Amino acid sequence: MISSPLQLCLVFSSLLFCIGLAGALSRSNSILVLLGIELMLNAANLNFIAFWRFGPAPSPATGVIFVTFSVAVAAAEAAVGLALVIAVYRRQRNIRLQEAVRLKG
Amino acid sequence: MTTALLLLICLVTLGSAATAMLLRNLIHSVLLLIGSWIGVAIFYLSCGAEFVAFAQLLVYVGAVSMVVLFAVLLTRRSRTDVTVSADTVSRAWSAVMAGGAVLAVLLYGALMTTLPAASAHGPAAPVKQLGAELMGIHAASLLVIGMILTVATLGSVVIASEEPSGKKEDAP
Repeated sequence: MISSPLQLCLVFSSLLFCIGLAGALSRSNSILVLLGIELMLNAANLNFIAFWRFGPAPSPATGVIFVTFSVAVAAAEAAVGLALVIAVYRRQRNIRLQEAVRLKG
Repeated sequence: MTTALLLLICLVTLGSAATAMLLRNLIHSVLLLIGSWIGVAIFYLSCGAEFVAFAQLLVYVGAVSMVVLFAVLLTRRSRTDVTVSADTVSRAWSAVMAGGAVLAVLLYGALMTTLPAASAHGPAAPVKQLGAELMGIHAASLLVIGMILTVATLGSVVIASEEPSGKKEDAP
């Protein structure tokens, strides 16, 4: 069934993506939702590296550069997301997503 | 890279990620996710992408985990309690079903496609070449990423430092 390392890597990243997706959908704590999104981003990066390493005609460094940029964007996303979590907590004393229904305090 | 090593990395990474998403104690979740991120970094290292592996270690294991831990501690409900209240069962089931559906589609695509054979030895991307490419043909992208990071950091400082209007924050 799984015949090549590339396929194993793809299955690995699919599983990681779906764990992140299920976590992000099932939890109502916004920090855990953010962590689920980070897991999904990591799974996408895994695919870049897998295709770069095990692809048929590897280009010299494109995959690595793409993942470097992606990690930088993920860091920015985490910073903004957690700042938003803290701002919501200041207003509502709670970070449950169901109760964060107002954008304007 | 041997398949056994890859399987071991997969098991550790997926196991700790899944456990982290199931736990109710946020600190334990974050610590398990750090393990999962380390597993991904080891995967990069075993694929020959050393630069990305160290970037993953620095950014995720070093920086993001600390930011998340601080966010957990700043938003806890009481001084000793970092657990979250349980979510409803129907919500969990629908999330698992949605994740399972996406997983089925992804696995179908990954396993039913005939992928071209890998090249005999993987590509080599030494850090020197990476630096030359980043400063050469990807210089504009590097500048844009730097701008994004600067703006995002400034924005998060502004968002997090804003006091709610008309309401003084009470001491914890």
